[in-house]
Amino acid sequence: MAPIEQRGYAHPEALVSTDWVEQHLKDPKVRLVESNEDTLLYSSGHVPGAVHVDWTSDLNDQIRRDYITRNGFEALMSKIGAEKDTTVVFYGDKNNWWACYAFWVFQLFGHTNAKVMDGGRVKWQKENRSLSRDVPSYSKTSYKATERTDTPHRAFRDDVMGHLKKQGQLVDVRSPEEYAGTRMHMPDYPNEGALRGGHIPGAKSIPWAKAINPDDGTFKTADELKKLYCEDNKLSPKNETIAYCRIGERSSHTWFALKYLLGFDNIRNYDGSWTEWGNLVGVPIEK
Amino acid sequence: MPEKLDELIDTFQMFDPADRTSMLLSYADQFKEVPPSIATRPFPESHHVPQCESDAYVWALKQPDSTMKFYFAVENPSGVSAKALAAILDKTLSGLPAKEIATVNCDIVEKIFRQNISMGKGMGLMSMVNAVQALARRASQS
Repeated sequence: MAPIEQRGYAHPEALVSTDWVEQHLKDPKVRLVESNEDTLLYSSGHVPGAVHVDWTSDLNDQIRRDYITRNGFEALMSKIGAEKDTTVVFYGDKNNWWACYAFWVFQLFGHTNAKVMDGGRVKWQKENRSLSRDVPSYSKTSYKATERTDTPHRAFRDDVMGHLKKQGQLVDVRSPEEYAGTRMHMPDYPNEGALRGGHIPGAKSIPWAKAINPDDGTFKTADELKKLYCEDNKLSPKNETIAYCRIGERSSHTWFALKYLLGFDNIRNYDGSWTEWGNLVGVPIEK
Repeated sequence: MPEKLDELIDTFQMFDPADRTSMLLSYADQFKEVPPSIATRPFPESHHVPQCESDAYVWALKQPDSTMKFYFAVENPSGVSAKALAAILDKTLSGLPAKEIATVNCDIVEKIFRQNISMGKGMGLMSMVNAVQALARRASQS
């Protein structure tokens, strides 16, 4: 795989290689954050010095279906010892699916000094790099966050409805079976309760993992991504775009690929996704 | 429910989340892969646990005294939970009669893993228990 800066990405600075991470393991201005679906994985061994940020307990409000508030984000950043000028580097299991989700939530608070480690855990492990079970402890900081600003990155159901009426670009990143409505959940995953199957009318079906090289979890080159999204599926980086999946986790991976690798400047993630749309009364659904 | 497994679940229930995580990791560390005398790669599909993203395999041998011995393989290097469960199933069920093992229910997964059960792996882990139960049922009828 070509080095990141030679792959033609719109914003190559959003990705770092495993080599880069290895060279910055002791950099006090870099905080490595592991975010996984499997909650045991971090404890079983992580990149030395990395902290754990759990998508459910650290990033989500524990009562409402929403993300943490400014206070919660400040507490999280203080806990992981991050300051405004700390470069936060995310990585994790499932080809960085949860890492991209955490990255996306951090953008709601404007922490733009953030990157994703290309290939995530799988690449780090395949390269036989060291893992540690030591949980690092960093001095608490007094991080001052801005109020959470959803608008640039997050779409709500009314936004999607308006977008739909304008026949805007929609990307459904779930499996083809979920898109077709023959399956109400991911293969091998439990049904989390959508009453109707199918997809939002007009959405293009582009499963999230197509952006990844399956052998090492790295992102495909810009040319390969352009073929997938822009040529095969006729999406334009100039047009307003909304991506969705089931709860907004897989689609944050696609959001990252489209925004930072292909330069879709006006893209939002609809985190309500199918668990909201598939339960809404009276909304249009296509099968 | 077999006694050893019942006791182990009781122990897990008493633990706080941090201790439960440590205990699960300790079991994962004790995981021993199926020996070459039983199976070698490529492992046959007939022993593959369906729906398990950790790519788990299970074998059961009926011993001369009619007790069972289980062996496992977990191909996914990130399959820590699958390795922990395999070690738990081996330590608590191997050596018991098939008829007793056939009573094990997949709801033990929730009791053992609690907060460590993620949405993707729950069904795979339950499939591992179901596979062990199915092998025990088959052995008890032969």
